Amino acid sequence: MSLLRTRGLRAFYGDFQALFDVDVDVADGETVAMIGANGAGKTTFLRAVMGALAAEPGMVVYDGHPIGGRSPHDIVRLGIAMVPEGRKLFPSLTVEENLLIGAYCRRPGHWNLERVFALFPMLAERRGIPADSLSGGQQQMAAIGRALMSNPRLLLCDELSLGLAPVAIKDIYACLAAIAAEGTTLVIVEQDIARALAASDRFYCMQEGRVALSGPADQVNRQAITTAYFGV
Amino acid sequence: MNWLSILVQGVLLGGLYALFAIGLSLSFGIMRLVNIAHGDLIVLSAFVALVVVNGLGMPPFASLAVVIPAMFAVGYALQRGLLNYTLGGSLLPPLLVTFGVSVIIQNLLLEGFGAHVRRLQAGAIETESIVLPSGLAVGVFPLLVFAIAIVAIASLQLLFFRTGLGRAFRAASDDATTAELMGVDNRHLYALAMAIAMVFTALAGVLFAIRTTFDPASGPIRLIFAFEAVIIGGLGSFWGTLVGGMVLGIAQAIGAALSPTWQILAGHIAFLVVLIVKPSGLFPRTRE
Amino acid sequence: MGGFEIERSTQASRAFAVFGVILVASLAALPYWGGPGDMRLVAEMAYYLALAQLWNLLAGYAGLVSVGQQAFVGLGAYALFFATAQLGIHPIVAVALSGVFAGLVSIPVAFVVFRLRGAYFAVGTWVVAEIFALSVSLVPVLGGGSGLSLTPAIVRQIAPDRAGRETIVYWLSLGICVVVFAVVYLMLRSRHGLALTAIRDSEPASASLGVDTFRTKLIIYVVTALCTGFVGALIFIWKLRLSPEAGFSVNDWTVVVIFMVVIGGIGTLEGPIVGMLVYFVLRELLADYGTWYLILLGTVAVVVMLRAQEGLWGLIARRFDLELFPVRRRLGRTEP
Repeated sequence: MSLLRTRGLRAFYGDFQALFDVDVDVADGETVAMIGANGAGKTTFLRAVMGALAAEPGMVVYDGHPIGGRSPHDIVRLGIAMVPEGRKLFPSLTVEENLLIGAYCRRPGHWNLERVFALFPMLAERRGIPADSLSGGQQQMAAIGRALMSNPRLLLCDELSLGLAPVAIKDIYACLAAIAAEGTTLVIVEQDIARALAASDRFYCMQEGRVALSGPADQVNRQAITTAYFGV
Repeated sequence: MNWLSILVQGVLLGGLYALFAIGLSLSFGIMRLVNIAHGDLIVLSAFVALVVVNGLGMPPFASLAVVIPAMFAVGYALQRGLLNYTLGGSLLPPLLVTFGVSVIIQNLLLEGFGAHVRRLQAGAIETESIVLPSGLAVGVFPLLVFAIAIVAIASLQLLFFRTGLGRAFRAASDDATTAELMGVDNRHLYALAMAIAMVFTALAGVLFAIRTTFDPASGPIRLIFAFEAVIIGGLGSFWGTLVGGMVLGIAQAIGAALSPTWQILAGHIAFLVVLIVKPSGLFPRTRE
Repeated sequence: MGGFEIERSTQASRAFAVFGVILVASLAALPYWGGPGDMRLVAEMAYYLALAQLWNLLAGYAGLVSVGQQAFVGLGAYALFFATAQLGIHPIVAVALSGVFAGLVSIPVAFVVFRLRGAYFAVGTWVVAEIFALSVSLVPVLGGGSGLSLTPAIVRQIAPDRAGRETIVYWLSLGICVVVFAVVYLMLRSRHGLALTAIRDSEPASASLGVDTFRTKLIIYVVTALCTGFVGALIFIWKLRLSPEAGFSVNDWTVVVIFMVVIGGIGTLEGPIVGMLVYFVLRELLADYGTWYLILLGTVAVVVMLRAQEGLWGLIARRFDLELFPVRRRLGRTEP
């Protein structure tokens, strides 16, 4: 069953068109990877789904309902959460407070402070310190935990591995697998192609605002990816 | 010149100035909005209190039960209906729109109430004083105002650091876009912030109207006092605003010993000195 | 293959230049075809236009939104009254000196207020104006709190008879307006003007390109203060009577001026002209309704800021692609 479906999704930054007729399907419980070069439109896609960019209602359909163009706080309420690019934790808040703000809209579900701390024990040890004094990997975990606190059905992850050490990336993806195993649907935007494909069921490759290639993650043709990624 | 008496008067006056300043501090801290109409909203509160006192025959302190909810509603409507639309771009729209609102409020009050000065009569409490063991006489009303200011700031601290709403305020102040991505409805949050700011503004307005005479044109100088208290204390800290108010109050109390003109001038000079020597204020906290 | 050249003037601006010269010439001849009431009105329009252009230069082009320009109006006026009464200087000469005085005072003021940004800068300039007003009211030789007047002896130095005086002061008003216009226009056409637009759009970016933002802002601030001082002195030669409240009035010299610029169109040279005309029309129409015209002005300004930030002129200019004062540089092709 399709949880998220975009049809003919177009997005603009002012006069500049960033997405051209993007069609994407994400089934309930799937993990879908979006790969592509910088500026290809991956983050723009997530932002359009999240309501941070204007879109026509029918362009984004979630659980059968058109949600395009609704404001982000409405969309969180419907069960979509975002782990933003660059973590974007709140510096004035402690680790625990950052997690708590994720639960602002109070959606029912099994994720709460205890369970998030169980998933990320090193956050529990540091719950009372300002969030920006964590290491990069810890911040990423806090950002994921914060998104989980709203009990989303669909989790959008933007560039999780950016700026992190390989060890930290490994841990993060292990946690992602655990989250996916619980039934949460994931859309992962990644520049690390191997990592993204290894973690996902299907993938889309974006290039200059369009879907250049898509398919199952385990039947990937190296050559096809390179062509789709770079457009050469 | 009885220095101790001047010091005490100044400190207590600081309580009133802190109450003036909290609203300004709140709206800047959360929304980066400097509300030029702030002083006029203090005066508006005073006039609402006047109407309530004269119309319903209530004593001034009791009128707070009406004025505070009324100004809460005014603040919410003003932010949600008008000021929210000025945010997010250059600094000109919020500055000029609040400037326009300031002029509109002043002149509407002038049309409605005329230019003559008013005062809220609170009775004996205005002139009562306690005599401390050292022989120093302290006014009961200024003491009360100071106590109210302390309670007000303490409750604001509590709200900000111990509640979910306060968490949302701090998050939106850090990063409004990401706060929205976490489910925070900024339009509603900002309106709530302004409404809460108006609660303190209403409090300040009623107390100030008991203490001094006022008229429709009394707003701008109140804005300036509030502004000076915020700058002296340092942006982003509520207790800092109290200290700023006290410094301003003390400077004014020293000037008042010379003449009413010197009272205000001394305050301005203190502000200027802080601006030259320590521009970020005494206890700055806000990240820019 | 043709080349490119930088053009400045357009057909509309050339036509307007001709119209402008004719207008100024006929206004200069007003003493001969109009009455004293007309001269007063046109002079008032002229000095308000000057104040508006100056505020616009500061806020619309340099991004320095000051709510304290009345400081320099008052300083200029007090300098004039002091120079004529205490130093025996001829009033017309004193007007020039008053401007210089205001400009000099603005230098230390700038160093203080530039420590503040944005809306805080705005309120800070207001506080500075208040400081001047209060300080002046404490000085007995300047008339203290109640103020002072230009004595008949001083006034007669301009011209022995009233008609002559009014004519001369009227021409002075027109002249100052034209001079201020020229100063603003030339500043904008110069590299300072380009620097200004860059600073206004992005201070860090322009600084990184080597634009000395502090120096540019200082120059604009001082030049504006100097010209505002001129105008202030001129205004109070008309009024003959000065007090701290009148000289440093935020309502008269800042509120009205800001409304003119905002409604007319901030950041353009044509905007203040439109705004000034709108203000005077409204004032005439609503003369019997007291404060309502201020309420209306305030409301229109709020609406303009929310819905049409470029002001009335901006709407007209966009509709017809007009630019009457060629300040921008356009890229044009040369003939192949």
